[in-house]
Amino acid sequence: MLTIKNLHASINGKEILKGIDLQVNKGEVHAIMGPNGSGKSTLASVLVGNPAFEAIRGEVVFNGKNLLELLPEERSYEGLFLSFQYPVEIPGVSMVNFMRTAINEHRKYKGLEPLSAGKFLELIREKRNVVELDATLVNRSVNEGFSGGEKKRNEIFQMAMLEPSLAILDETDSGLDIDALRIVSKGVNQLKRPENAIVVITHYQRLLQYIKPDFVHVLYQGKIVKSGGPELAAELEEKGYDWLK
Amino acid sequence: MRQYIDFFNAQRPSIEKISSELMNAYRDAACKTFVENGFPAFNTEAYRHTDIPTLLSSDFGFNLVDRYPDIDPYQSFKCSIPNLSTNMYFMINDRFYRRETGHKPLPENIFSGSMQEFTLRYPEIFRKYYGKLAATEKAGLAAFNTMFVQDGYVLYIPKNVVLDKPIQVTNILRGKVDSLINRRFLIIVEAGAQAKLLLCDHTADEAPTLAVIQVSEIYVDENAVFDFYELEESSDNTLRFNSVFLRQAAATNVMINSITLSNGITRNNYHVALDGSRSETDLYGLAIVDKSQQIDNHTNIEHHAPHSKSNELFKYVLDDQAKGAFSGRIAVAQDAQKTQAYQNNRNLCCSADARMFSKPQLEIYADDVKCSHGMTTGQLDEAALFYMRSRGIAEEEARLLLKYAFTDDIIEGIRMDALRERLKILIDKRFRGELITCRKCL
Repeated sequence: MLTIKNLHASINGKEILKGIDLQVNKGEVHAIMGPNGSGKSTLASVLVGNPAFEAIRGEVVFNGKNLLELLPEERSYEGLFLSFQYPVEIPGVSMVNFMRTAINEHRKYKGLEPLSAGKFLELIREKRNVVELDATLVNRSVNEGFSGGEKKRNEIFQMAMLEPSLAILDETDSGLDIDALRIVSKGVNQLKRPENAIVVITHYQRLLQYIKPDFVHVLYQGKIVKSGGPELAAELEEKGYDWLK
Repeated sequence: MRQYIDFFNAQRPSIEKISSELMNAYRDAACKTFVENGFPAFNTEAYRHTDIPTLLSSDFGFNLVDRYPDIDPYQSFKCSIPNLSTNMYFMINDRFYRRETGHKPLPENIFSGSMQEFTLRYPEIFRKYYGKLAATEKAGLAAFNTMFVQDGYVLYIPKNVVLDKPIQVTNILRGKVDSLINRRFLIIVEAGAQAKLLLCDHTADEAPTLAVIQVSEIYVDENAVFDFYELEESSDNTLRFNSVFLRQAAATNVMINSITLSNGITRNNYHVALDGSRSETDLYGLAIVDKSQQIDNHTNIEHHAPHSKSNELFKYVLDDQAKGAFSGRIAVAQDAQKTQAYQNNRNLCCSADARMFSKPQLEIYADDVKCSHGMTTGQLDEAALFYMRSRGIAEEEARLLLKYAFTDDIIEGIRMDALRERLKILIDKRFRGELITCRKCL
């Protein structure tokens, strides 16, 4: 599904990723861990096409397409989704309008008619339940005045709406209390299918107790320095990152 | 300027012949003021961005003959603001269109119609108000208007009358050659009365340069509530120099909402005098300009009495080579203690060539007041753009949504539901570059 080969990327001319190799297949859950500044969020940003980052070398193939050549919106149509570490507030744009536009742009790309108002509201109601998102939130401006937990739940709600084939969760656990963490993880697990995949980026093992990874990778100074099974996460929790440096 | 004075002196009999005696009585003094002041001079403090003398230096035609154009606006201009169900009136250039059709008579004693007719029916009221506020403008625009204006529109709401249906006056600007039109409005809302007025400006003929000098005087008496919406949707070749004078007595509540959807070169002056205690004004403005359009809004809010409150918000969305200017003065007199005055100007420049000039000016002579002002000019939020694109909203669409969102608080402030809903559609179309069907109300 996703093949990353020797990916180098920079921001403001500073090289952050120094040769990433990663293979993600259908049905798999991958966890990417690593200390602060190791390049975890940069990897996520480069994959979804954040214009602040520049891929300078290497290749990324996603569902048979050269991902790095696609616009951010095209990557979304192709099934890529990022749950933002810091979801953006957009005053004046209601969640409903935002989601309707997004859904209909996806449908347009697939050659489908726009969803009727009734069908759309039905879909919202259904997907809202995945993360127990309050009904009033969808009538408010995107993320405006949402609590930290609500913002993260809103990310997973959007994931549920868009049904991506590959979802990258960038520190979705940060800023969440135990209850919110459980709700968000439950939501993510509900959305897991044999034909899609999830990449979880996190500092801590905590989230991985809820979203069980098949593979764990350690990112350090822009490179994956170790890969292993779920047991690697436990080992990291115990020993920290120092032994890998 | 000289040409207009000579023209006035030569044409005075024709001007007066088809106006009313009472309106004619104000022309001498107006001419004197105009001779002394002329048009507001360019590059003075208040007119730094609009060069009226130059814009009006070419030879404009005047239509001083009382001849109705060959259209019936009630047939050709159907405003489709859905469910607005306003009482609709028309001004064709400077004349009130008298063959009204299609609405029930207004409640008794309300006057909504031709200024000439008003001077005959209510001469005392006319004398009490006409030219009282507009005369205070030292600059010559109001004086010029008073010299030439032959008819106009008057809305008179007597004491304690509550008009539940909004009044809509559609101004249609027409002309086969470059023309200068003087339009005049007088609005009197007596004590305890309530009304809403929507003025829509349209240009029917696109090619010639059509200049309008428009003057509105609004008097709102104690405990009255009045909403005033001005919606400009005119051609690239329209020059609009508009002055609104508002005086509020005690415990009044007035909202002015000035929306420039499409225009050529516009200068709006809003002069607000809060003369009574506990009077409140909401003054909102929204300008959407692109190509080489120019919009220059000047506001002057004077708090003369204690416990008065003004809340001002002007927002601009500028694209291409458009130019915007905002200058807002708030003056709080020494006796106007406990005044609250808030001014805000927010601007979005969507192209590298769009320019915005903003100047707040606060003069506070009282010591127990709450006043603030703020101004920001910026570009679209890149983080928000990327967030939307990452969800599949194409860049162009994301930009549209953000521009549209920027206008949100102005539109939500509108207290006429149907107008608000209609504007949402019009603004969306405006940003999409689609033809605004509002132009001919069709």
